[in-house]
Amino acid sequence: MRMNSIILGLSAGLLSSTAFAGDVRVMWYSDGVEGEVIQDLLNRFMKDNPDINVILDNVAYKVVQEQLPVELEAGRGPDIARVTNIKELADHWLDLTPVVADPAYWQTNFGDQFDWMRPDGSKIIPGFMTQITLTGGFVNKTLFEQAGVPIPADTATWDEWVDAAGKVQQSQQLNAAFAIDRSGHRISAANISYGANYIGADRLPAPIDAGTKAFAEKLVNWVADGRMNKEIWVSASGTTYRAGADDFINGQIAYYYSGSWQVANLASKIGKNFDWVATGSPCGTAACTGMPGGAALVAVKYTKNAAEVGKVMDFLGREDIMREFTERTLFLPAHKGVFAGKIDYKTDDENVKASLEAFLKASGKIAPNAAALPAWKWGTPVYGALVTRISQVMAGELKLDEAFVRIDEDIKAQVAEASK
Amino acid sequence: MADVRNGIATRAGAIILAPVGWLANVFDAPLRMLQRRTGSNGMAVFFLAPNMLVFGIFVLFPLVINILYSMTGGGALFLGDRTFVGADQYGRLFSCGSYLDPKSCTEDLFWIAVWNTLAFVVLQVAMMVAVALVTALVLNRELRARSFWRAVFFFPVLLSPVVVGLIWRWILQRQGLLNLMVFEAGGTPVNWLVERNWAFAATIMVSVWAHVGFYALILLAGLQAIPKDLYEAAEMDGTRPMRVFWRITLPLLAPNLLVVLVLTLIRAVQIFDEVYVLTGGGPGTSTLFLTQYIYEVGFASMLRNPGLASAASILMGAVLVVLTLIQLSIARRNEQRGKMR
Repeated sequence: MRMNSIILGLSAGLLSSTAFAGDVRVMWYSDGVEGEVIQDLLNRFMKDNPDINVILDNVAYKVVQEQLPVELEAGRGPDIARVTNIKELADHWLDLTPVVADPAYWQTNFGDQFDWMRPDGSKIIPGFMTQITLTGGFVNKTLFEQAGVPIPADTATWDEWVDAAGKVQQSQQLNAAFAIDRSGHRISAANISYGANYIGADRLPAPIDAGTKAFAEKLVNWVADGRMNKEIWVSASGTTYRAGADDFINGQIAYYYSGSWQVANLASKIGKNFDWVATGSPCGTAACTGMPGGAALVAVKYTKNAAEVGKVMDFLGREDIMREFTERTLFLPAHKGVFAGKIDYKTDDENVKASLEAFLKASGKIAPNAAALPAWKWGTPVYGALVTRISQVMAGELKLDEAFVRIDEDIKAQVAEASK
Repeated sequence: MADVRNGIATRAGAIILAPVGWLANVFDAPLRMLQRRTGSNGMAVFFLAPNMLVFGIFVLFPLVINILYSMTGGGALFLGDRTFVGADQYGRLFSCGSYLDPKSCTEDLFWIAVWNTLAFVVLQVAMMVAVALVTALVLNRELRARSFWRAVFFFPVLLSPVVVGLIWRWILQRQGLLNLMVFEAGGTPVNWLVERNWAFAATIMVSVWAHVGFYALILLAGLQAIPKDLYEAAEMDGTRPMRVFWRITLPLLAPNLLVVLVLTLIRAVQIFDEVYVLTGGGPGTSTLFLTQYIYEVGFASMLRNPGLASAASILMGAVLVVLTLIQLSIARRNEQRGKMR
């Protein structure tokens, strides 16, 4: 009797922590409301498929970035995960081809981004992008109007944008004219607009070129003359990420360069305080491009429930479900059918609607060099080296020429280390 | 009345300790048998074994793993999958034209972090010991609401380092509380966390603020252990207060001061959390300290380099071992000197 009680007790303990056959565990992080939306969609799925229990683990983004790779290396992890470091972890994704109902549907609607998620040369179906992101600018329309400065046109260059924002800064006595997130990914859009190409003929990082150097020099000068917010880039070291969103939200800068994922954040925090709109990416001498990217929902190859994972992925990848997800989360769609059709974003905020329209429009102007980067495995060391060394120049610790040498050395060292 | 209270206390103690007595009786026979078989030394090993096991699993084993990692390279995470590179990672860290000029080093950020940490240790330890001593001396006096003031100084110790970092970030940032006060007072606001010297000073000030209560408490305990009759004798002799401090308080407080000094030193070398939240190592790299360098190389960057991070952490560990040995040696010498007296 006592033994039975112990076994029962142990079983109860195990039940509460272990996934059953038929369980599908999803690791998910949220920037906005997408956690609630996906839970709602999954509840609907479970209602129609009572034999499959989907457990949504809402975790912090840092968990996905720092803990998930360790779990995957150990041959464990969730069955499905929402990740942004898709290419670096590509060896761990499950090929969904044998478990989804119609691989051709997947190929047609998500195929353009499969190379972002799978190892070079692979032909697997690893998952789908929950949303596409695109870097781009946001302008505080109210500040521009108050300053009597016209908002630059779609074809305006970075210099023209900074000059215009600088006039607003002077007129409205702002601390800075504009800010760019402290991120190598963000400035890469501008670098490429000035002709930069990171990918060498051997698919390894090429030495940084005139395009990157041209924009880096501009960036440093804009910090020095007080037009770019010094705090964002100078107040941290290494690859630490800093966003400039708070300064924009508080009306302290006229122009902010970040990306489409900020739309929901800006909408909720700015409210009716001022009018704002997204503007796409400023032009350089070579292009007017933003940097594409996004988050993917991928299946993990260590799953013991591949068939169930296939059913969940089939459901979430359905056009009507993707459309609903896109409209409720205010994301840019990755699904080709959704992108081609009419998207009725669920918001009354005109700033949001106009901004999402602007991003959709800008997504048609992505330069080939930028479009190639999400599927390139060495993007991260390049971004990291750019941020670390350019910040040091802004802080007065390095000269630009020294920084360029260091950037190349840092990238070379990281590639050599990773190739051992 | 006192007898009644004592009687109740005795009975309560007996009730509380009854299970302990019962347990002692249960284990008495087997322990005696074990002692007969293994002798006194064997019993010592028996009692120390659980502690050593925990120490081995959580300290020695990770240390050995860390040393092994420092001799490997490559992008793989698990030791078995990594390439053995011998002392290459150490070679990379020490590859310098001049150690005084980080720009001449292959791993310039490591040497920037080393020099920043050294400067931080020297300044922060000096300030921490001085402020802790002054605080303890003040709190040892007959103040009104003394317990309240002791709690006030100790309260920051209870806060999480992340909370400490965030609070001070909000105070020191460009539009923070401090600049508001400066502005209201007619001054020009300063970008405290973006100007190199101010940011470095802020890291020292914040870490002193956060931990001084703990060290002051250690010194306060030392002050209260100094026999009062020494002060009374000095007073009767008409000794000046400063002379009392130098000749009685400071010498008798020396063992506690030494503990504070060593603990502060070790903690200063390990500084990370509150500074990481407060300045993120910036502006530029002016508050980049060794632990943050190790964290960034080993964990934060997408292409992690656990080999290099482990090598740097082993070097930092070696410095800490040296500091601890110096402390032990001084403590032993003081002890022997005390016995001779």
